Amino acid sequence: MALDTVAAAGTTPDRSQPFAALGLKPDEYQRIREILGRRPTSSELAMYSVMWSEHCSYKSSKVHLRQFGEKAPHSDALLVGIGENAGVVDVGQGYAVTFKIESHNHPSFVEPYQGAATGVGGIVRDILTMGARPIAVMDPLRFGPADAPDTHRVLPGIVAGIGGYGNCLGLPNIGGEIVFDETYAGNPLVNALCVGVMRHDQIKLAKASGVGNLVVLYGAKTGGDGIGGVSILASETFDSTGSAKRPSVQVGDPFVEKVLIECSLEIFAEDLVVGIQDLGGAGLSCATSELASAGTGGMKVALDTVPLRDPSLSPEEILMSESQERMCAIVEPSKIDRFLEICKKWDVTVTVIGEVTDSDRLIITWHDEVIVNVPPRTVAHEGPVYERPCIKPDYVDRVNAEKLNLPMPTTASEIRAAVLKLISSPNLADKSWVTSQYDKYVQGNTIQSQPEDSGMVRIDEKTHLGVAISTDANASWSYLNPYEGAKLALAEAARNIATAGAKPLAVTNCLNFGSPEDPGVMWQFAETVRGLADGCLEMGLPVTGGNVSFYNSTGDVAILPTPVIGVLGVIQDVRTRTPMSFDRTGLDLYLFGETHADLAGSEWAYLHNQRGGQAPTADLQREIRLIKLLLEGQPLFAAAHDLSQGGLVATLSEMVLRHNMGATIQLTGDLATALLSETPGRVVVAVEPTNAQAINTLAAKHQIALTQIGTTGGSSLTINDAAIGLDELRRAFTDTIPKLFGHSRADLPSILPLDAKKIG
Amino acid sequence: MKVGVVTFPGSLDDRDAARAIRAVGAEAIALWHGDSELHNVDAVILPGGFSYGDYLRCGAISRFAPVMTSIIERANTGMPVLGICNGFQILCESHLLPGALTRNHALHFLCTDQRLRIENTTTAWTSNFTVGQEIVIPLKNGEGSFQCDDATLAQLEDEGRVVLRYVGENPNGSRNLIAGITNARGNVVGLMPHPEHAIDPLTGPSADGLPFFTSVLTALVGK
Repeated sequence: MALDTVAAAGTTPDRSQPFAALGLKPDEYQRIREILGRRPTSSELAMYSVMWSEHCSYKSSKVHLRQFGEKAPHSDALLVGIGENAGVVDVGQGYAVTFKIESHNHPSFVEPYQGAATGVGGIVRDILTMGARPIAVMDPLRFGPADAPDTHRVLPGIVAGIGGYGNCLGLPNIGGEIVFDETYAGNPLVNALCVGVMRHDQIKLAKASGVGNLVVLYGAKTGGDGIGGVSILASETFDSTGSAKRPSVQVGDPFVEKVLIECSLEIFAEDLVVGIQDLGGAGLSCATSELASAGTGGMKVALDTVPLRDPSLSPEEILMSESQERMCAIVEPSKIDRFLEICKKWDVTVTVIGEVTDSDRLIITWHDEVIVNVPPRTVAHEGPVYERPCIKPDYVDRVNAEKLNLPMPTTASEIRAAVLKLISSPNLADKSWVTSQYDKYVQGNTIQSQPEDSGMVRIDEKTHLGVAISTDANASWSYLNPYEGAKLALAEAARNIATAGAKPLAVTNCLNFGSPEDPGVMWQFAETVRGLADGCLEMGLPVTGGNVSFYNSTGDVAILPTPVIGVLGVIQDVRTRTPMSFDRTGLDLYLFGETHADLAGSEWAYLHNQRGGQAPTADLQREIRLIKLLLEGQPLFAAAHDLSQGGLVATLSEMVLRHNMGATIQLTGDLATALLSETPGRVVVAVEPTNAQAINTLAAKHQIALTQIGTTGGSSLTINDAAIGLDELRRAFTDTIPKLFGHSRADLPSILPLDAKKIG
Repeated sequence: MKVGVVTFPGSLDDRDAARAIRAVGAEAIALWHGDSELHNVDAVILPGGFSYGDYLRCGAISRFAPVMTSIIERANTGMPVLGICNGFQILCESHLLPGALTRNHALHFLCTDQRLRIENTTTAWTSNFTVGQEIVIPLKNGEGSFQCDDATLAQLEDEGRVVLRYVGENPNGSRNLIAGITNARGNVVGLMPHPEHAIDPLTGPSADGLPFFTSVLTALVGK
């Protein structure tokens, strides 16, 4: 096909263009024609189509997401807020921390390994782009039923992809979640979080300013992978033609990314860039238009200078390519020589592809012919905005009215059976088959990782300053009540931070939902955002950024509304953190918080195929008091562990198995409710008996209910008359996932026979 | 005392190795793969990571780095060299140590707190342990299964050159549960587990890794 230039577009106004195939609606196409005053060139059409896709433009969610700004609490900690690649938070001592979570759901369904791997790669580059050294990753994952055939296709690949990429980058994986539910059967959720650290004065922004400054592309060469990946994969629901989409998934090269990180950090340390943007979804279209749009507006790029892995690529394909491991920097001419020198040291391909101009147009040429001439804001920031209809779906009142009918264990043998059933269920069982495939030690600063309540990394070896992060979602509650569900997920993430002794500071989120064109899904989304914004305001935690993933459904069945909330906190001295469990006998165990009959949306209900009832109502004032209590009481706690899915049963089981130290528990009243309820705002702590008075004083001061429930010691978990040996408990807890997804080590062949007599 | 730590493109645990060296009071010197100059170091650590992405056999490209020419030369005249994980793989590819590290038998990456037994305390890197001492340090790799031919295995065992052995279940399919070996002279040691990640119980499973680093100082002082 002949090159479609701006000149040609002027002379052939009526040429028909495949806007619909590129995902644009007729009115969107018409608007592009109005903006330009002519038909777009094929390159311009490519740019607008990817940048105006749901994934890049947030066109369905924007009107709701505004609440995060409108309801933002006052915060002294927020250095960079929503709109940049990632938010930045002041954690003291001159350090700034940046963190963000993103989805890579659809690519991971199509091609589990590469989809998950490039999900890690993309979020790591977002963090790097802020000027920060990435220091840890986390991966909240959701799959279909653990015994479903497709779960066995996607889970091992996704886990291997996360490990394969993250391990090779040298980033410790410090936490996440794995949840199984049938609504994710055809649409697993792969969310990836990265956190990075820098000094305050090292913060970088994505803007192109300074006329005459150079536009520099560095990192991997551009290939044909991921062309249209964003618009095709993230903005359309899957249908039966899945395999045809395989080429749209990007292929990652973690080695190139590792070198790119080190090279970029050296460049940042010498202050060689004015602005910087990574190339992710929508590739060069996104990077050039966003940099120009956020800067003074004018930029000129010679697209034919872009180094290619596949020389046959057309200009449209180069603009849309989502080849990984690429960055775009704005560099003053006086600093370009040093910039090129550092790239050479790291063997990183680098090319000056353009410059910042004093116009307000983004002009892209191909062998001196103009193929793009657009106002960059119209591409990057002024895309379509939809007020999609929101209608409360019928199911809500129906399921809320349902009465649960669950077996409630009372006798010793019933309690034993209930404990073993719960902790061997895939959602509550030990996940170390997965987490042992991730490097948690690299960088040497990991203080806590899975299975602790939160991940924690040290950021200063001399002062012992650290940060903690937790991600949480309870989709079952969000299904019953998305407004409360969002608040409850926020409260849980914040509580998980405080349980370890860190002070919650800021929030990121990854909102995974079905199709925004379904008014019921849109209602779930709107309610979630409203709940999260209200919750953040009440708890005084600013939202620093996030990600929306729509179209998570197969056929007509949407996933459960799944807002994954990440909370970041700071701890002044990581040596004082409270671990999740105890390793000595003779400690008293206490429960903070009241327990009500909150079984709706619980694991116990899920195990009995019941989804109905009413979600708990979030009491954020009580959560705030509990967080204050946890931080103030930290020196008193030998261990502290949050209660969430699986209630007291899961919490106690996890605590006794962590260091193989048993406990004897005495509960009064309604035993089944005490064990199985998932009432939010509760924490179990272990304390020295000498601190009994201090604990009581603390609870009274913060008006949090306190119940002494038992003591540590022995080789069993004993709850009233029901005793379960730790070995039996451990087998129930640890056998499930390896049985489903792997082989136990004993089944593995030795590659060569062992020479037994030589081994001591 | 100066201990060099080599950074190859894709090295990951280089800063951790340097931290461990500083923790025992020595000076850590950064060495660069493309520079054959060793800056008067007294010993060298080849750290863990995925040098050059390990897309070919692990360590197969790194052995040709200019810095390796100098290291191989010095190692052959007695300079202590410790290869950890990817560093062990590079030492095998460089033929400073025999055998090869292949894919774990479970075919995936494994990160675990590994129990190990010290088998040889005559090397430059293990003299501050006692024979039979059990330690727990992190093991984290995808290709850690030690393999060699029968003759080499017999020679390693007969000459007491197995430095470190896995205790309990074989984590990766290594022959004779071998986790680390030495050359005949005892100055070059390769380990799959990571002692540099066990220098402080705050950030690792134990401080059991420290004696590897104090040992080399003892060896150097005693010279």
